[in-house]
Amino acid sequence: MSWNSGIHRWKWVAVFLLPGLIGLSLFILYPIISSFWLAFQDWNLLSAPEFVGLSNFQELMGDADFWQALGYTLTFIMLYVPAVFVLGLALALFLNQKVRGMLIVRAASFLPVVASWVVVSLIWKWIFNPSYGLVNFALGTLGVQGPAWLFEPQTAVYAMVITSIWKDVGYIALLYLGGLQNISESYYEAARIDGANRWRCLLHITLPLLTPTMFFVAITLLINYFQMFEQVWLMPMRDSAADRQVEVIVTEVVKNAFSYNRMGYASAMSWVLFVLIFAITFVQLRLQKRWVYYESE
Amino acid sequence: MNPSNTLSAKGLPIRNEASPAQGTMLFARIVRISMMVLIVALMVLPFLWMLSTSLKAQQYILQTPPQLIPNPLTFESYTGLAERIDLGRTFFNSLFVAVMGTLGQIVISSMSAYAFARLEWPGRNSVFVLYLMTMMIPAVVLVIPQFILVRTLGWMNTYSALIVPGLFSAFGTFLLRQSFLTLPKDFEEAALVDGANHLTIFWRIIMPLSLPALATLGVFSFMGYWNNYLYPLFVARQADVVTLPIALATLQAGPRALTEWNMVMAGSVITVLPILVAYLLAQRWFVSGAISSGIKG
Repeated sequence: MSWNSGIHRWKWVAVFLLPGLIGLSLFILYPIISSFWLAFQDWNLLSAPEFVGLSNFQELMGDADFWQALGYTLTFIMLYVPAVFVLGLALALFLNQKVRGMLIVRAASFLPVVASWVVVSLIWKWIFNPSYGLVNFALGTLGVQGPAWLFEPQTAVYAMVITSIWKDVGYIALLYLGGLQNISESYYEAARIDGANRWRCLLHITLPLLTPTMFFVAITLLINYFQMFEQVWLMPMRDSAADRQVEVIVTEVVKNAFSYNRMGYASAMSWVLFVLIFAITFVQLRLQKRWVYYESE
Repeated sequence: MNPSNTLSAKGLPIRNEASPAQGTMLFARIVRISMMVLIVALMVLPFLWMLSTSLKAQQYILQTPPQLIPNPLTFESYTGLAERIDLGRTFFNSLFVAVMGTLGQIVISSMSAYAFARLEWPGRNSVFVLYLMTMMIPAVVLVIPQFILVRTLGWMNTYSALIVPGLFSAFGTFLLRQSFLTLPKDFEEAALVDGANHLTIFWRIIMPLSLPALATLGVFSFMGYWNNYLYPLFVARQADVVTLPIALATLQAGPRALTEWNMVMAGSVITVLPILVAYLLAQRWFVSGAISSGIKG
């Protein structure tokens, strides 16, 4: 009886789980393992892979291009993350007002989120065109000579940061809105009875109770922007100084893998990125105790 | 009535229903409505500029001051685009890959989720933790080994390469498991007593009760496939399988030749319009789908 029901039980597990588990093993788990194995090989796709120990990682440490890409990645993060963190919160607080027409504003803020990064990159590349773009035209009407934007490394970084903020601010606001709607109305009623104004409510009720959401937003932003790719790949003007210099970790991985056919070296680099992301998430989880306020505590 | 209620500490006007200060309220309303208009304009105008540019002839896009409304209005960039790339085929490729990928992901994820949420078996939690762990791996770590796997399988430039690896991402299983766990067990216990098997329970009870979660996963998956760029860029470049974002990005000209921006914007319109229309029709699911993409991170 129990033997029979054991077989019976496993039969159903097999029916439901195996299609997914076999696929996951072949297309996700096996690639993860083989990528880890590749990180210790030298392989150009043509000859047989050759085991080289840690030399890919040693080469990385002395690779100026890698450090430059890491530097640009951190620059993007430092410019973009605080800006979108604050703007997203401001937008969420604004969208959270219950007035007529706000649903339209909310729908509009979300349009860039559903658009593909390729389309967004190209639209803004055109808007930032130095001669015929809208940005420099607007600056011109103010009497300012606009910069060459996507031709020069520094201005290209600003252009890409602005584009990224435009693309993501609605998404971040939406994450905050979820947190705002979880805050019980009763806190505000109690505060109003005590004579607190809206500013005090924001400072003493909304923001403290929103810290778990802020924490989630901060982690999401960091994880996503360590992996930024499309805007950096597509936006700089071809063969300009910006195109030659501005690289981030993922574009560097892609270049090594698919332009130079250095599969082992590129895999090693991608694992360094993974360790970076993992470490930062871990540190943030540690730090959250200092500033995240959970209602139950 | 405390008069200090109408102004915050920083002198900013605040809305206060209890106060009859009509002038302040009117001012606050005007500020709010201007902000609403400004936000909608910022979010929508880049898309309108894309549309406007796509409807101009080449000589009119290189005009200063820029022509905001196309005059004369022409569809020549769209016909020109149709000569450069096989529009019908590329659109079909994108749609086919996105629809098949979405359906496949829903089938695979819901069946796996059923095994994790509704069947009891030894080792269930360990296997689920394994699923969760694969979600932490950044996409760029997977790109190289998946490219090599696709090459080994002889799938380069096939629909299989575009569709199959994405089917098995653990995220869908995770999302649906959470949803299945919230359903009460009463129905299925009664059904089991009546002699129904798990396939019947899955199909007749669990799936119909989980339509919101399925819609969320469906939209999330469709957006992912439709907008994907990094992975397809290296496994499907030939005209017969290429998807819209990849074809679109190739329209940018080299260093000397002038990029035909009206054509690039026409391609952008074709790529982004279906997803924007779908979003406006099914906003709710797009919002929940996009929010859950943050969890994936």
